[in-house]
Amino acid sequence: MSTPLVVSEVRKSFTMHLRGGLVLPVVDNVSFSLKAGECAVLGGPSGVGKSSILKMLYGNYAIDAGQILIEHAGGFVDLATASPRAVIDIRRATLGYVSQFLRTLPRVAAIDVVAEPLIARGEAAETARDKAAELLSRLNLPEALWRLPPATFSGGEQQRVNIARGFITDHRILLLDEPTASLDAVNRAVVVEMIEARKQAGTALLGIFHDDDVRARVADRIIDVSAFSARKDAAA
Amino acid sequence: MTAEQPLLKVSNLSRFYGGRIGCLDVSFDLWPGEVLAIVGESGSGKTTLLNCVSSRLQAQAGRVEYRMRDGRLRALSDMGEAERRFLMRTDWGFVHQNPADGLRMTVSAGANVGERLMAVGARHYGHIRETAVDWLQRVEINTDRVDDPPRAFSGGMRQRLQIARNLVTAPRLVFMDEPTGGLDVSVQARLLDLLRGLVSDLGLAVILVTHDLAVARLLSHRMMVMKDGRVIEAGLTDRVLDDPREPYTQLLVSSILQV
Amino acid sequence: MSAIEGIARTNFAYLDEQTKRMIRRAILKAIAIPGYQVPFASREMPMPYGWGTGGVQVTAAIIGPEDRLKVIDQGADDTTNAVSIRAFFEKVANVAVTTHTRDATIIQTRHRIPEAPLSEGQVLVYQVPIPEPLRFLEPRETETRMMHALEEYGLMHVKLYEDIARNGHIATTYAYPVQVAGRYVMDPSPIPKFDNPKMDRSPALQLFGAGREKRIYAVPPFTEVKSLDFEDHPFTIQRFDKPCALCGSTHSYLDEVVLDDRGGRMFVCSDTDFCEERREAGHVGPLGVPA
Repeated sequence: MSTPLVVSEVRKSFTMHLRGGLVLPVVDNVSFSLKAGECAVLGGPSGVGKSSILKMLYGNYAIDAGQILIEHAGGFVDLATASPRAVIDIRRATLGYVSQFLRTLPRVAAIDVVAEPLIARGEAAETARDKAAELLSRLNLPEALWRLPPATFSGGEQQRVNIARGFITDHRILLLDEPTASLDAVNRAVVVEMIEARKQAGTALLGIFHDDDVRARVADRIIDVSAFSARKDAAA
Repeated sequence: MTAEQPLLKVSNLSRFYGGRIGCLDVSFDLWPGEVLAIVGESGSGKTTLLNCVSSRLQAQAGRVEYRMRDGRLRALSDMGEAERRFLMRTDWGFVHQNPADGLRMTVSAGANVGERLMAVGARHYGHIRETAVDWLQRVEINTDRVDDPPRAFSGGMRQRLQIARNLVTAPRLVFMDEPTGGLDVSVQARLLDLLRGLVSDLGLAVILVTHDLAVARLLSHRMMVMKDGRVIEAGLTDRVLDDPREPYTQLLVSSILQV
Repeated sequence: MSAIEGIARTNFAYLDEQTKRMIRRAILKAIAIPGYQVPFASREMPMPYGWGTGGVQVTAAIIGPEDRLKVIDQGADDTTNAVSIRAFFEKVANVAVTTHTRDATIIQTRHRIPEAPLSEGQVLVYQVPIPEPLRFLEPRETETRMMHALEEYGLMHVKLYEDIARNGHIATTYAYPVQVAGRYVMDPSPIPKFDNPKMDRSPALQLFGAGREKRIYAVPPFTEVKSLDFEDHPFTIQRFDKPCALCGSTHSYLDEVVLDDRGGRMFVCSDTDFCEERREAGHVGPLGVPA
């Protein structure tokens, strides 16, 4: 079983220059790895740094120390030191991310938002749209909405567009930031099935799930982020 | 493989206005298909940098090299005026903030789009007009406006026409100076969407000067933050905006109005 | 000599020898670079700008005592401008004058090329109001000079494109731009485009003088002069659906002449010498009388 993601001794803090250079430590000595076909869940109380870890792993947050090794294009790349170009390539081909909130674009239809990552990987637009339609219907998004830009959708509808966008590709690593937070029971079950399918296909998944039921059904193991917390109150 | 080599190499570029700094010691590479945003406040040197890189303004120090279509990297300063101007109207584009600076306001939209073709030797009226009509469609201008001068166009249409005029020769590198500045928000959204589509369909490399971080977020892969003529922070657009490191960048990011 | 005692006479052909040398140098340079506008130190002449001061200076610089001068204005030898310039050179150079195209060694012209073919050894001197063909498209002289230097002539075709887009055909009928010897784009002065083909590979030397604009340019004998056009809208000249009312010519450029205040009009050759010669040879048009 391969290990497509290895995180070792990662430290992250924020320096708030607008508040007199106040340094806010977030996490320290984060070390774990992720195997193909497993779903690990980040655990711990809120504010402990779970979302920050996902953002570091996706390259949105820079880190102070440590390594984030990602198996990409036949080798390992340290995301912490990779060039922006390399990070974009890793995101395109290897590393997927379902964020909590959809960043909507003006005038782009929901189905095209979903199809985009596949087209970016060289798939024909028609094929990508067919696949997007399949995912959206599986997630019970009314077909009347597919051609509309998702800016005016409800929270749950936007989240389903976001999930479809994250699952349309076969990225080997998938980061999930509370993908089921605003979904009803039926759609939560669909997402759980989709995660199961991806595990079967050998994808390494790392997620944050506040819903105990969902967490219990998808998690192979829990990574307790409290152990890495650099904040004294949280660590206590 | 040319795709694995930078399209543009900028090294230690400096420009002074008398004793004052325009831009100082700026270096970066730009790759094919990459969109680089240069952000900063008015007077931070972003437009000076854009003009120096695009050789509209002479830098006093440093070097700009460009990979020609034959794959060779050439210093712009080693080219003759004729070659540089030819490059600027074929393989490069320049989209001005004010469309009147980039258009011929008194000749028709069709001739505005066709000019670059005629400049490189197109001599068939029917073909030139066909191409112009095709480009008007691509930038969502009604084709029955092909014979109207841009004076009769709205601000958003003028800007879209300016983009068509630049893209008609299939350039590989386009410079944009606040392309959405001065437009209504709804017009701006439409233009941004159009630009996003064109950039990814045509695989354009773009250097985009903007003071609008939302525009930079939407269009760019990579970002450079300028202050007092210097690049103070650079990196992946998401990273710079989500985790700004420098005091000035934090100030810029924290000053964005939330809607 | 009829000079009044105590008053200085002018130098031969009015201009002083230094000035003539300066103009000749400009002319030689212009001949060496066909179609290129050579700046020269245009002098004040005893006539206003716009009355042919450029052409007069060129003529003055090249004319010699043996020359025979013809001067036409819109093709006619007998209009005010032509008569006064001819009289001017008769007075200041004491040269022979003629109205016959084939007898002239120098022909100074405003807005026409004679219908009779020119021959080797003849010089055609054009009076030019605005020498810069790019002027109305690009007002900056610094920029137009750069465009000429770099052979950036796309803008010229933008103008022709606009013509077709607006009128369905190239509507420019005079001062129709040409490219000389495959290099410089040149304004042929406001001659009708009917005359453009006569410039191409003409055995005569063609000199252009713009006095107010201080430019001289030239087309050496037997030089290619091509009118700009599009592949699908090729250059064509004007056609007249009537013959000359006086001489019956069907292949010359015609002027419209109003005959009365009741709408009566006729079309006659603008080249008066050509028309007269034809009538003398026995050609008669619908309104003409045998010579």
